[in-house]
Amino acid sequence: MIGVVGTVPDRDFPLVTGEASLKDNSIYIQGRNIPVNRGTPALLAATIKTAQVLEQDAPFGYLVGDVGLGHGSRRLYEYLSGHLGKRDFNVIVFHYLQPDVDWHNRVLFAVEEMERRPVLIADAGFMYAAKMSGQSPKYDLFTPDIGELAFLADEEAPHPFYTRGFILHEENRAPELIARAYKHKNAARCLLVKGKQDLVANKQGIIATVDIYVEEAMEAIGGTGDTLTGIVTALIGTGMEVAKAAIIAARVNRLAGSYAKPTPATQVMDIIQHIPTALAKILSENEKGELWAKQS
Amino acid sequence: MSFLGFLKSKKKKHKTLADPDRGILVFEHTSEVIKAESVLKKAGWKIRVMGPPPEIRSGCDLVIEIPLIEELNILRSLEEAGASPLEIVPVSSPLLQPVDLFQNKDFGKYLMIRAANMKLTIEKETETIVNISGGGCPDVPYLASKMVGMSLNEAPSPREIGHTLCGYALQLAYEEMRRR
Repeated sequence: MIGVVGTVPDRDFPLVTGEASLKDNSIYIQGRNIPVNRGTPALLAATIKTAQVLEQDAPFGYLVGDVGLGHGSRRLYEYLSGHLGKRDFNVIVFHYLQPDVDWHNRVLFAVEEMERRPVLIADAGFMYAAKMSGQSPKYDLFTPDIGELAFLADEEAPHPFYTRGFILHEENRAPELIARAYKHKNAARCLLVKGKQDLVANKQGIIATVDIYVEEAMEAIGGTGDTLTGIVTALIGTGMEVAKAAIIAARVNRLAGSYAKPTPATQVMDIIQHIPTALAKILSENEKGELWAKQS
Repeated sequence: MSFLGFLKSKKKKHKTLADPDRGILVFEHTSEVIKAESVLKKAGWKIRVMGPPPEIRSGCDLVIEIPLIEELNILRSLEEAGASPLEIVPVSSPLLQPVDLFQNKDFGKYLMIRAANMKLTIEKETETIVNISGGGCPDVPYLASKMVGMSLNEAPSPREIGHTLCGYALQLAYEEMRRR
């Protein structure tokens, strides 16, 4: 089963846990519904859609309300550190939580208590905490954008806000940043760098560049990075090798965007609706071997 | 001035090779830039927050451009407020020219303004915010949930409800959009 850990942008939303489903553009979990716009709800919606096509179980969500001040995140960290050790997941994705090194470490201890070690994915705030704790190599996949990659590559920065390139993106420096992140052990086993070109990398360097299905309007649409993380999570949930899943996910996310015929006003849910068709096409290409031929 | 006229005049300014009357303040942390900006604007100085020139590798993602002739007075104000910079660099060569934080993309019916990593898009006719993208800071989903679907005039300002550097960048995009 897949575990999804993250936040909902509503300060009054309580801590909820349970199987998540998608109905009428909303996530349903433990009797509550959450509109899908961006952030963890968008990640969850993309995971659910992908898992349905792959005939996998619905993901199990751990969600709490947080508007960026960390109150909800701290409650969720505490809950996870007490409960995660007894659960069984084959993959867990950690998403928009307020970075907190001490709590991050306690959650990681809980993961280490699990009978079966899950594949670990981190994105957004939780990825910052993983890097800040010096425990990045314990993760299987990070999904940074180019600014977040600059933070991973900066071995001295205690926080992203000290990092040159965190908000002033320098796309052309990606290979150098990836190498530096691995050199100082601040990267996961695999990186999926989201951007105009999506890059899949490991400690040897970039292993695939995905730049097909370019839609200008996608740049304006919020949540497309969240859906990419959601898709790759579900693919890894099937047991697929992490780098291969990252390449397929990048292609699926771009094709789903293209199928949506996006305008700058398109909302991310319109793209999520097209994930099943995009996934079917990309998986069919993969079976025929076309996918790997296109990467080489 | 027309929209195109504005773009042209801006382009001309970028061609300036060096501006010996201007200097840039370099800070270690972006929150210090935000604090210093607030102090200097309150004191009435004509300053601009910009990106650091590639030649300067120290400091964070933001610098403040200042009139160099007022350097001592400005430094005094910042010292009193506990917001002193790491260093002051005169814009003495093209390589020391600070970088504009803004980019815009005209999609016809829609206009997108990017300030650093944050992008704000409106429908031009109604001035409704149709999308906010970029940034993985913890307050970004909340900012988007409160602003998307609102008109530019009615939407809360990111400064009021945001808490991070992404919120600050979105504030810059929001102010630039309103200025137009």
